[in-house]
Amino acid sequence: MCATCGCSDHDAVTVTALGDGHTRPAHRHAHHASDHDHDHDHEHDHGHSHVVHHHDHADHGHSHDRHHVQHKHEHAHVHSHQHGTLIALEQEVLARNSQLAERNRGWFDGRNILALNLVSSPGAGKTSLLERTIRDLHGEPVISVIEGDQATLNDAERIGGTGCKVVQINTGAGCHLDADMLARGLRELAPPLNSVVMIENVGNLVCPALFDLGERAKVVILSVTEGDDKPAKYPHMFRASRLMILNKVDLLPHISFDVERCIDYARRINPDIEVLQLSATTGEGLTSWYDWLKRQVQTDSFTETTP
Amino acid sequence: MHELGITQSIVEAVAARAADARIQRVTVEIGKLSAILPDAIRFCFDICAQGTAAEGAALEIIAVPGRGRCRDCGREQAMDHWLASCACGAIGLQCIAGEELKIKSMEVI
Repeated sequence: MCATCGCSDHDAVTVTALGDGHTRPAHRHAHHASDHDHDHDHEHDHGHSHVVHHHDHADHGHSHDRHHVQHKHEHAHVHSHQHGTLIALEQEVLARNSQLAERNRGWFDGRNILALNLVSSPGAGKTSLLERTIRDLHGEPVISVIEGDQATLNDAERIGGTGCKVVQINTGAGCHLDADMLARGLRELAPPLNSVVMIENVGNLVCPALFDLGERAKVVILSVTEGDDKPAKYPHMFRASRLMILNKVDLLPHISFDVERCIDYARRINPDIEVLQLSATTGEGLTSWYDWLKRQVQTDSFTETTP
Repeated sequence: MHELGITQSIVEAVAARAADARIQRVTVEIGKLSAILPDAIRFCFDICAQGTAAEGAALEIIAVPGRGRCRDCGREQAMDHWLASCACGAIGLQCIAGEELKIKSMEVI
């Protein structure tokens, strides 16, 4: 268990780049060593503005209410308390993951890479949709894939069958990818400039919603065999996603799934969520997905902003 | 499932700040809409704290109620769940409180 970023057992995490058959441990806990580089525990004199923090101060004896409101970054200060010493921390629990995610975002931006985080329950059809997408688009844009699963190389082998670059991250007991795992996967993947990286997260509608990986957007894939109230049951994921793909719509005649009800739930939780209906098996609706994807690439592209 | 890892993050963060001191109490703020179960954090805390400066520390959890602002009429109101709607009929309240997940403070001796 990684105690810094809240991710799961990193000792058991492996990254496998298919092709060379070599499996590497993914997590060297390097970030732990520098974990507190940016923290600055110090005692304050609060009789002044805190715009500048890199200074040492004597004691203080006043309320911290305003102080807490003003400071966005982590720091600690000490004052006496009748039961001991109270240390105010005001620290986001997932701050470390968020920092690493921002680093990933910069890495993507610097390479003009569009990164999408595909999330769903197990079995919703993420891998099938990816396989079909990569085959149908014929390298326009170039897509490479990070696969996340607790165990097996199965999905990476399927994706590798399309001929694209793919890296499998096995999380062991972990129920989601975190920003550090992604960074390690990206080093193995080495995606080309001006391309798309699809991150297939661990199948789980709960935990992946909480962990920013540095992606441009989350895409939640919901298959119509799962029940039309999934957005209501797992609101965090639908709130965190920019696009909801309703997959397996070819099965709608055989099951009771109210598409309008499902979309209504999703929009009540996230009024801005976009919705596409498709079947990765029959190909129905895939054009709208490819158009959406190409629009995201255009939005990201340097050519948009370069005269 | 994520609460165990999150609890370990909390313990590691406070233990790192404690240096040689012993931690008596840790105060954490958890929003009602944060997807974090306070009971699960409590369940994990003693186990995670074993062998650290936080061993034996009390865990205090401040539950922050959900609060939303109507996207149509702007009215602020309690927001108990993500499907909450406004009395004006609008859906999709903008959450303004209740997603917190923060270590507020700790007490050391």
